[in-house]
Amino acid sequence: MDTLILSRIQFGANISFHILFPTITIALGWVLLFFKLRFNATGDTKWMDAYRFWVKVFALSFAMGVVSGITMSFQFGTNWPGFMETVGNIAGPLLAYEVLTAFFLEAVFLGIMLFGFSRVPGWLHTLSTFLVAFGTTMSAFWILVLNSWMHTPVGFEMRDGVAFATDWWAIIFNPSMPYRLAHMLLASGLTVAFLVAGLSAFRWLVGDRSGGVRATMKTGLYLGALLIPLQIFMGDMHGLNTLEHQPQKVAAMEGNWETRSNVPLLLFAIPDEEARENRHEIGIPNLASIILKHKAEGVVPGLNEFVTEEGEVMHPPVAPVFWSFRIMVGTGMAMLLLSWFGAVMMLRRKRGVEGLPKPLLWVLVPMSFSGWVATLAGWYTTEIGRQPWLVQGVLTTEMAVADVPAPFVGTTLTAYLLIYVLLLTAYISVLFYLARKAVDGDLPKPRAPLSGQSITHQVAAE
Amino acid sequence: MELFGDPAQWLPLVFAGLMGLSILIYVVLDGFDLGVGVLFPFATDAEKDNMVASIGPFWDANETWLVLAIGLLLVAFPAAHGAILTALYLPVAIMLIGLILRGVAFEFRVKAPTPHKKSWDLAFWIGSLMTALSQGYMLGIYIMGLENTLWTFVFAGVTAVFLTVGYSFIGACWLILKTENDLQKKAVEWAKGGIWGLVLGLGAISIASPLVSPRIFDKWFSFPEFLLLLPLPLMSGALVVLIWLGLRALPTKDDSWAWFPFVAAIALFILAFFGLAYSFYPYVVPEKLTIYEAASAPESLFIILVGTCFVLPMILGYTALAYTVFRGKATELRYD
Repeated sequence: MDTLILSRIQFGANISFHILFPTITIALGWVLLFFKLRFNATGDTKWMDAYRFWVKVFALSFAMGVVSGITMSFQFGTNWPGFMETVGNIAGPLLAYEVLTAFFLEAVFLGIMLFGFSRVPGWLHTLSTFLVAFGTTMSAFWILVLNSWMHTPVGFEMRDGVAFATDWWAIIFNPSMPYRLAHMLLASGLTVAFLVAGLSAFRWLVGDRSGGVRATMKTGLYLGALLIPLQIFMGDMHGLNTLEHQPQKVAAMEGNWETRSNVPLLLFAIPDEEARENRHEIGIPNLASIILKHKAEGVVPGLNEFVTEEGEVMHPPVAPVFWSFRIMVGTGMAMLLLSWFGAVMMLRRKRGVEGLPKPLLWVLVPMSFSGWVATLAGWYTTEIGRQPWLVQGVLTTEMAVADVPAPFVGTTLTAYLLIYVLLLTAYISVLFYLARKAVDGDLPKPRAPLSGQSITHQVAAE
Repeated sequence: MELFGDPAQWLPLVFAGLMGLSILIYVVLDGFDLGVGVLFPFATDAEKDNMVASIGPFWDANETWLVLAIGLLLVAFPAAHGAILTALYLPVAIMLIGLILRGVAFEFRVKAPTPHKKSWDLAFWIGSLMTALSQGYMLGIYIMGLENTLWTFVFAGVTAVFLTVGYSFIGACWLILKTENDLQKKAVEWAKGGIWGLVLGLGAISIASPLVSPRIFDKWFSFPEFLLLLPLPLMSGALVVLIWLGLRALPTKDDSWAWFPFVAAIALFILAFFGLAYSFYPYVVPEKLTIYEAASAPESLFIILVGTCFVLPMILGYTALAYTVFRGKATELRYD
């Protein structure tokens, strides 16, 4: 394999592994703030129990996100120098603002949020929780501004092959940014909703009947039920925006080869790029035209539009985009069904968590990580869907890659993959281990503020 | 923008300064974190908990200075960023894997089932060691002008070891400040052992860099620069003597002067840093690319600078708040 494909797999692996954790921490920060505010308002210790359990998950996820994120800031240079050399004047300030306004904020106040409960006044602890949540969201904002600009670049001019910013307002509020940002923030909310519901279901199934687990179960399911319709709506808006700016991506998502009207919505197909057609199609007539153009006769662009006269293919590889998109939508549908069913069962005769049937709880446990599946599938759809471009219409992926020997990239890729498999296994098993420990009543009990004594002879419990 | 003259002249200098400041803060702050990690095998299990407790609330923010430094290199000097990082491809990868292991081990060692704790302690040590060694190696290769020959390899191996020992020295100084009783006594001994590595490392760099580069030789050994620069090595030497005398007197009964080795170590790191910065200015890629040639468009630098002027004081402010909240001797890390 050559350096380009190895570098792409390596960056894909790094960014896939990385995004798992911010997807959790972005929304979990706000959920923790919610727990803390409920505790402040009611004084009910179940909210503090919920906080104490989930702050551990937050701390672990945050550390995973930080260390895997650093990898990427270096890989811009080690593997993709062409990216910064060409669009550095635009990407640079956006990344700098992410570090300055988000990374330091969250990193510094995380220390106070995690370990400062008995050292600082209550309001400062609550404020720290808020600032950490705010910081993670700011980070999402800046990175999605940059990512969206790579899909829909505006507000710049090219001079001698280098992009120069002409309008920062246009760059920040580029055409796809609001949709992508909202779509991602909702994805984070759903990931956390199902993670919270799933781990709570697990605790319930192994016999936990505490107030804390009831509170988190309800929070998770209601949050999921609330966000999923919003997400479906937002996903549709985002799709229409993509149709306007990157029609070739939508053509690949729909598996539509020819520009035509009455395009069916394909439920199943095997796209064949050699023959430039689909095999084994199963579809619903006219539905893709109706979704994208709001009428059955709507004309939807096809992939063949994006092949140059010399036969150069300027659209993304079809099968990965086509299938990633279906996995995302399918997962979203499962989320809709399960969260609404759960919400109805809890509301019926006001039975609360007791009203949830056991099979649903058993399904919710593996659904803990459904948000990850949908988020990754969604990112694969949009990122592979931008190929062969790195910055749409400005810079191809091939032009940006570093001239590093392929064996070097192969070696580091293998090392990263090994580490990622190890860490992911450890992460998931520790989440369930913490859940099981919480069932055994192992949550630390509130205690008096420390006077600053040494712990040389104590064993750190947390 | 024209207020201070040609922005294409002063903006690269300002950004080189900001980047240098970030690297310096990183080396000091994460230096003591990494040093504490490197010292792990010499501590008992209870001491390990205490050592982690002394850096637990800070390490994440400390590491962010590295992200800022590499971010500034990336945004202000994109051409240099590519040239330096592709030349350092493998050591960078080793450092990143080290940072990953060290960072997650913080969490896993206390959250994973107790029988796994020893493995995560090992990961914490190995991660810290990999990071420190690879940073020292990169420093050496950078000083050697990013050339890969047998001699630069040997020299970089030497700087790798010395920077690691230097980190363990400042880590030990941090522990003297943050711990008491037996661990503090141990930390004093560790610091006594570590300072020699630092002295030898500084010596090796001071001798090697003028020999490698005639330009650096001229900058240091022409007249009157030589006399004007003389205070730098003299102050470093005086600091080393003071630290040594201080370590012999520590720990004191009332714990006075426990702060001294750490503060003096910071001063020593700052002096060493200025020496290096003086040697390499105006180059960002040694002997190849100056900061002026590698800089981004002034418009882009200016918009970052405006933000930095507002945000950097805030960052320094709330960082100071965190160090104030967790001042005093390290206590058990608890979430309640």
